[in-house]
Amino acid sequence: MTAWMTAGQIATGVLGGDLTCRDAVMDALDRIARATPINAFTDVLAGRALELAAAHDGNGPQGPLAGVPFAVKNLFDVEELPTRAGSLINRRRAPATADAFAVQQLERAGAILVGTLNMGEYAYDFTGENAHDGACRNPHDPLRMTGGSSSGSGAAVAAGVVPLTLGSDTNGSIRVPASLCGVFGLKPTYGRLSRAGTFPFVSSLDHIGPLARCVHDLELAYQAMAGADPADPVCTGRPADPPGPPGIEGLRIAVAGGHFLSNAGPDALAALHKVAAALGTTAEVEVPEAARARAAAYVITTVEGAALHLDRLRTRPGDFDPDVRDRLIAGAMVPGAFYVQAQRFRRWYREQVMALFGHWDVLLAAATPCTAPLIGQKTMELGGETVPVRAMLGVLTQPISFIGLPVVAVPVPMPGLPIGVQVIAAPWREATALRVARHLEAEGIVRAPWPGRQA
Amino acid sequence: MPDDADLTAAAAALGIPMDPAWTDAVRFHLDLSLRAAKLVAEFALLDEADPAPVFTA
Repeated sequence: MTAWMTAGQIATGVLGGDLTCRDAVMDALDRIARATPINAFTDVLAGRALELAAAHDGNGPQGPLAGVPFAVKNLFDVEELPTRAGSLINRRRAPATADAFAVQQLERAGAILVGTLNMGEYAYDFTGENAHDGACRNPHDPLRMTGGSSSGSGAAVAAGVVPLTLGSDTNGSIRVPASLCGVFGLKPTYGRLSRAGTFPFVSSLDHIGPLARCVHDLELAYQAMAGADPADPVCTGRPADPPGPPGIEGLRIAVAGGHFLSNAGPDALAALHKVAAALGTTAEVEVPEAARARAAAYVITTVEGAALHLDRLRTRPGDFDPDVRDRLIAGAMVPGAFYVQAQRFRRWYREQVMALFGHWDVLLAAATPCTAPLIGQKTMELGGETVPVRAMLGVLTQPISFIGLPVVAVPVPMPGLPIGVQVIAAPWREATALRVARHLEAEGIVRAPWPGRQA
Repeated sequence: MPDDADLTAAAAALGIPMDPAWTDAVRFHLDLSLRAAKLVAEFALLDEADPAPVFTA
């Protein structure tokens, strides 16, 4: 097995002739085999990956992700596989006839898909537990949660199995596992990246994005996936901004106060203060009605999720993960007027937050209220109260994705377990969030710690 | 909080065959959802406030 390399380093090695695509794929397959205990992978695509590697090696590999092995949450379509979306029910679906748009885009850039990843059932999850495939385990402590629902996406990158994964984020499902597993995650603007060929959850809130161990790899993947796609009706034709200049000169940065501080535990606050200090900001701004925004996201999620799964709830309710089924049944019973009110509130809230972006370029908030809880843990202490883990892991991410803001979750190594901070920008300003993340990484404030070798 | 009869009637209207063993969990989650919905619904919005999704013909 060769020394671990970032996606950028692999591509440079492959394009420079120092490494073959086959070498890179074989290395990833070896790492996947060794990482079985964390339960991150649900399908290993050795044959497909080696075939593509051989084709690239034969033709002369090309592209900014040449030879880079990657894996995707198992709600992305992969040709010839049923798209299970973490469920038992979907395993009976017909195999996908084509890869998801994002997978196609990454492979056009030279990357090679090596597997699919564990996830919470139908993405309705913040824990990384799964009744059918088993819990995904945090590489920093296998007794602890990865976070979800992109559990395998966080764990595979944290363990260094592959340098790049894709996840999806409806209420925090990229940012929560990025935080608990100590890796970088990008949730772009709502509508920035095509979701075509992914199994949906809540169309109003669904995003996709990459997870990686460095900012450069996030940028490579993001640039490769960006682009118009008429198959996703919310996907923009607006080109992605080019990467910003080094440093943070001229950027107005503030910490999100109120809800975002009162729901952050001691570790989360310590990480947030470390990042804020490194960026030289002492400003704090109130995001108006953030708690109500979270409530509205909760309502939209449960109602749209229930509508999506209503037929399955009627015909195969016993085949759901009980934790998911019971929430979906409840969601089906929520009166329609409440749903519409949540969507009306969403527009109002967006206008308030957009006004804030007239004064600030970047807002900072912790990504999760705490470091990784134990697998199976149902409650935790927060602000002197006992609160449910499953719902509260998303308390800081939901008010942000509710209006589709782009966020880079950056990992802050801590003496115990890692935890993430959200670098939040105005819509379509991914480049600004990535610029700040790159600066923090260059300053040594954020990095993906290796399991067993903490801060 | 909805009682057993409410949940049974709602499940029947939706065509969902609900096992009585699920009732307590569904009630718990429905109660959470309705509390969240109440928090949103009690916020005063102008009559003219459009929902966030806008259909384009």
